[in-house]
Amino acid sequence: MSNPAVDSGGRLSLLRAAFVIARRDFSAILFSRTFIFFLLGPLFPVVVMALAGGVGAQVQSEAMVADVGIAMEGEQVDAMLAAREELDRQIPGRLPPMIELARLEPGEAYDARTVLENAEGSLAAVVTGTLDEPVLTATEGSIGRWQGTVGLVAGYARDGTARNYPQVGTSVVGTSGASENTGRLRTAQGAQVLLFLLIMMLASMVLSNLVEEKGNKIIEILAAAIPMDAVFLGKLFAMLGISLVGVAVWGGSGAAILYAGGTSLSDYANPGVGWPMFFALFVIYFGMGYLLLGSIFLAIGSLATTVREVQTLAMPASMFQILVFFFASLSVTDRGGMIEYSAIAFPLSSPFAMVAKAAVEEALWPHLLALGWQAMWVAIFVRMGASMFRKRVMKSGPRGASRRGPVSALLGMFRNSSTPTA
Amino acid sequence: MATGSFTTKAKEARPLAIDARGLVKRFDSTLAVDGVDISIPQGAIYGVLGPNGAGKTTTLRMLLGIIDPDAGYRRVLGAENPQDVARLIGYLPEERGLYPSMKCYEAIAFMGALRGVPLEEGRKRGKELLEQHGLGHAIEKQIRQLSKGMAQTVQLLGTLVHEPKLVVFDEPFSGLDAINQGKLEQLIRGLADKGTTVIFSTHVIAHAERLCEGIAIIAGGKVPFAGRVDEARDRIPAQVRLETRNSEGPWRNALPEDTRRVGDFWYFPLPESGVEPLLKALIEGDAGILSLSIERAGLHDAFVAIAGEAAARDMVTNGSGEQA
Repeated sequence: MSNPAVDSGGRLSLLRAAFVIARRDFSAILFSRTFIFFLLGPLFPVVVMALAGGVGAQVQSEAMVADVGIAMEGEQVDAMLAAREELDRQIPGRLPPMIELARLEPGEAYDARTVLENAEGSLAAVVTGTLDEPVLTATEGSIGRWQGTVGLVAGYARDGTARNYPQVGTSVVGTSGASENTGRLRTAQGAQVLLFLLIMMLASMVLSNLVEEKGNKIIEILAAAIPMDAVFLGKLFAMLGISLVGVAVWGGSGAAILYAGGTSLSDYANPGVGWPMFFALFVIYFGMGYLLLGSIFLAIGSLATTVREVQTLAMPASMFQILVFFFASLSVTDRGGMIEYSAIAFPLSSPFAMVAKAAVEEALWPHLLALGWQAMWVAIFVRMGASMFRKRVMKSGPRGASRRGPVSALLGMFRNSSTPTA
Repeated sequence: MATGSFTTKAKEARPLAIDARGLVKRFDSTLAVDGVDISIPQGAIYGVLGPNGAGKTTTLRMLLGIIDPDAGYRRVLGAENPQDVARLIGYLPEERGLYPSMKCYEAIAFMGALRGVPLEEGRKRGKELLEQHGLGHAIEKQIRQLSKGMAQTVQLLGTLVHEPKLVVFDEPFSGLDAINQGKLEQLIRGLADKGTTVIFSTHVIAHAERLCEGIAIIAGGKVPFAGRVDEARDRIPAQVRLETRNSEGPWRNALPEDTRRVGDFWYFPLPESGVEPLLKALIEGDAGILSLSIERAGLHDAFVAIAGEAAARDMVTNGSGEQA
């Protein structure tokens, strides 16, 4: 028999209630002043990396300036320097700079060891002797690097005539079997790293997502009005929406920068499923990975009542993510093996393993299966998280949650009990 | 455990907004609520009285479906699962809370949206309610910009924006000054006049005495009394206050053993035989009656008699800071 009150006053459906929560959270975050910092966040490491790269390159280039000094009879010095110039034209960048150190008289001795040991600046080696028997004095590493080069230059200088090396014809190809395979593996690893960084950054944010509600005691109003599952779902999807806004902005900016720098996708190995599908799958797997890890973090974070407790939980949560990432990254090295299948089957590493698979293999059907599998686990995790939260927090009194620290609350999850109230 | 219900007498014809039987809730080794029976007719103002820690909030949460009872039965607005009629219920928890960055009318609209009011409609109603309650100037203000009292009013309006049939307030007078307590009492009466059932918990007896048609007294997780306020008062006999010209005489035999003398007055419970035999004995015994009044027991006295001195002391202690 139908009940008119129930018919007219039934609570909101799960999805509608989740939408109410998601809409509030999404707009609250999107229109907050701090959102601009959220968008700028990834810029800081990029700037730091660029600066560090620039400084490193400068240091490296300065470190690479190492002269080889020539101390021979005058004519032989000239011949060596001329030979070096000529050879540098034919194999550019391969020869070290050579400088004249001394023009010796026939039979004159030269203490190269002492000169080198007392030398300042960029002198790294000294060539003495004759063109027939050159002697290279340098450190062990430099000898290994320049022994052959000095021999080549001395031989060229000794002959005194220009050599005509045969002109080598060239035919450029886009890729080869080996390079495509390597390129795809690099794409797979790069995609995994990017996915990991995005999920780690964004999923960790949900740790603190319920602190506001608990701090402001809004959670009880929500629990009285709508299913707790909807609160979870709403918060997860709000953060997913925010994440996608971020990914779109960052991705767009990155693409624009690469385009401006003259880089195009054709410079990289074509992923197995092709670039458009790869991008689509990347976004979908990002969503799945975020929802899987986010639902766990949201459940754990819901046990925290203060920002300090959230900070305490953030470190082990990040370590856990790194563990999952390492496991998933092993799958790239074990294609078709047990590790890959395990990484695909384990729900938390599945998105990482599958995005790598999309980079290296053409088949699409495994992705349909994997997405179904992951979606099932998303549903399970959300249900479990919501039920844990409901059990541990909403059964207690107004201050019940704050009486328990996150660790005791975590341990308490495995007991079927909670805290009394007024 | 009380089995009394004030629906069995004068209000028999009214359908029940809440009918709960034998509700039990246990947390760890603590029995928080132990067999609570509550029946509340539609349109009533009902108080849940008890000291802090008595089980009031847990009982209300079970009635709202926020938590499920370990045992017992509850029917709220005809539904066995209160969440099935969530859109007909308004709830103001003891610890108030709003999103600080929300504007006032948005906060009300959000609370309405949780109960099924479309967002635009909620915004419109939010602005109207704020105007009606003297907060028109704060419509566009963020919650964080409001005083505590104003924020409480906004939350209260959010509780009512969807025009619920049943409103549950957990310690609604807590933290309010005397003027705002008066306004809230007026609002509660207004809701009842419109047919809305109002339940509130309190540890200040005066509010219940002024407002409630029925009460449930909770102490130690049990309900030793649930029924009409009149019935609670009737649990203890009326008190006689007598002032006489003569201090001694045969009339003294008419006074019961537990008579107390305070100043010029004698205080004792009205004998079961009634006032007429008492008067006759006093007159014939030459008491020289200067004044005689029969005072009906207050709810506080009834509470002491029903829940015990210890519970009453907690009520007084906890309520000492409250404006009653």
